[in-house]
Amino acid sequence: MKLSGAEIVVETLIEQNVKTIFGYPGGTVLDIYDQLYKKSDRITHVLTAHEQGAAHAADGYARATGEIGVVLATSGPGATNLVTGIATAHLDSVPLLAITGNVANNLIGRDCFQEIDISGVTLPITKHNFIVHNVEDLADTIREAIKIAKSGRPGPVLVDIPKDIQLAKCEFSYKAPVTKDENECAPDEAVKEAARMIAESSRPYIYFGGGAVRAGAGALISELADKIDAVIGCSLMGLSELPTKLDRFLGMQGMHGHYASSKAMAKSDLIICIGVRFSDRSTGDAQKFSAGARKIHVDIDAAEIDKNVKVNLGVSCDISDFLRKLIDVVDYKRNPNWMNKVAKLREQEAEFKVENFLPEQAINVISDIVDDDTEIVTDVGQHQMWTAQFFDFKKKRTWISSGGLGTMGFGMGAAIGSSYGSGRRSVLVTGDGSFGMDLTELATAVTYNVPLTIVVMNNSVLGMVRQLQNLFYNKVYSNTTLDRKTDFVKLAEAFGAKGFRASNEEEFRNVFEEAYKLPGPAVIDLLIDKDELVLPMLKPGGTFDHLILDREDKA
Amino acid sequence: MNKQSYVIAAFVENKSGVLMRVTSMFNRRGFNIDTLTVGETESPEYSRITLTFSGDQDDLHQLVTQLQKLYNVKKVEVISAEIGIRRELLLIKVKNSSETRGDLRDAVDVFKAKIVDYSAEAMCLEVTGDSTKIDNFIDNMKPFGIIEMCRTGIVALERGSESILSK
Repeated sequence: MKLSGAEIVVETLIEQNVKTIFGYPGGTVLDIYDQLYKKSDRITHVLTAHEQGAAHAADGYARATGEIGVVLATSGPGATNLVTGIATAHLDSVPLLAITGNVANNLIGRDCFQEIDISGVTLPITKHNFIVHNVEDLADTIREAIKIAKSGRPGPVLVDIPKDIQLAKCEFSYKAPVTKDENECAPDEAVKEAARMIAESSRPYIYFGGGAVRAGAGALISELADKIDAVIGCSLMGLSELPTKLDRFLGMQGMHGHYASSKAMAKSDLIICIGVRFSDRSTGDAQKFSAGARKIHVDIDAAEIDKNVKVNLGVSCDISDFLRKLIDVVDYKRNPNWMNKVAKLREQEAEFKVENFLPEQAINVISDIVDDDTEIVTDVGQHQMWTAQFFDFKKKRTWISSGGLGTMGFGMGAAIGSSYGSGRRSVLVTGDGSFGMDLTELATAVTYNVPLTIVVMNNSVLGMVRQLQNLFYNKVYSNTTLDRKTDFVKLAEAFGAKGFRASNEEEFRNVFEEAYKLPGPAVIDLLIDKDELVLPMLKPGGTFDHLILDREDKA
Repeated sequence: MNKQSYVIAAFVENKSGVLMRVTSMFNRRGFNIDTLTVGETESPEYSRITLTFSGDQDDLHQLVTQLQKLYNVKKVEVISAEIGIRRELLLIKVKNSSETRGDLRDAVDVFKAKIVDYSAEAMCLEVTGDSTKIDNFIDNMKPFGIIEMCRTGIVALERGSESILSK
């Protein structure tokens, strides 16, 4: 059958099992929007308040489901507004398809109204991008874009479609949904070498990250740890892949990681690194990172091997395949001394526990009340780290946070998207700084009655930057004191959502219980002290031998 | 670690924007490229990029694996000094005068260069060879007065019967 380019865009998305897309209309995507209207019984479009929110929503959708997230925007400012969202997905390896309109082919390069070279702009922050010059290539380009986004190490792909291509007609026939490229199998030699290194070790530590989440490798990691008597830690991106309370799991390591997890990593003699990229936030000084330990690094992306940290054995292959084979061949072993040492580290960690610490109490309340499969979404800052440290994760893919790019303003869009993806309620923990960047999406949440509970940890300051100024800039709080007069309860009501306020644990428990039961969005303004710190803390570029543990510690 | 110069060949799709994708990656990852040439290959849908850069073994590994990740890059090969044939072409315009003409002609003979343009005031010379030869030739030309010059950067193939794709 002969279809227009705009029809082909929508039919191809439907063909590829895309159920929901997020976007914002404009001049160069009018034809696609016309088709979305006609086919709205087969594909849902969610109109956000800002294109950046749409990009984060598609990202949140993808993180919650593991499927591709799709965002649609017009040319020019519509397209450039996607940039932060695309970069966020790129840094966290999220499969995202961004479709943009552009001026007609014969006008490209003439600086037309709302013309921008979005392919050029997004070149360094996409896995790949396409400009479609012939309508005959359109359907296959979209299919290929989805395949690229999902295969190997996932990432964002952008398809830029000039207006004339959307109007032009050509033959279209349905094809099957694309399948991911097969990942490389684990080479036997490398598996054997890993088993040898494990046999020689007495203090093994398994360190996993976002790659393990993408591969769903939690169960295998836990099985391996049981067999070789290892402890487990993860990066920020690895959270929720294993239950927080799992016996061998010490929690997040890194800059604001758990004391026992970071220290055990520093004291181990073998680190088995699964789907990680050794971000500076995880390693501190990469040159001195766990210098005493041998390292095995398994990742789907060959370019990650030896990129930031030199390892003794680097393998680029399918993570799950490697773990399965390794569990088969590795010898069962016990490391009683190591387990004793780790137990001591855990005892020490318990000693640092601060009493009556409202951020921790609030996260514990959330952990108590929410269903196990509720998506926990954050923005970026202190609230993000507290949530990462204290939330009791029970189910996979329930942690949605911007790790690599650290995008303030990520949360609202991502929470809306994740709720669409999971079909369930999401909880967004944000701060007054971050919320100031994305609260406009509260309009979207209200319009679509998205089941979303928003907790704003409101300390009237940009807490994380203030903490850095406190520790490293002689308490000179340059431009981090917000002191805004925004009333978040009234603001919520103005948007059509419910608003609550709390300033202690008991109040918070009461309002959260109520807010969590509401069918639509609610905002809780949780007042916290402006001088609370995220601890422990690794000084940027430092080593895990010198963690800042309490506010008296000198950086 | 020891820095040295590497020659790398990349077989890429012959499409607009591919060169930009490659150079954008170099820029973003902080690789310092010394020379870069692009040209047609035996098959019209592919181009061959030959580049040289200075770095250590780790830099080389990063550059190759990052190149391999690019969608339009089909094959990447490091051309080793032992089995690689590396050539560069130089066009150089030097001052010509009755006093220096003889010496210039001697240099042209020794370096197997060609005189491609000639006037009473200037000569344009063409010379091919590996980079050391080109460097030496330029050094020899300096006393005569170089008006302008242009070198292509290295192109390279491996010896033997195989191609980059068949390996």
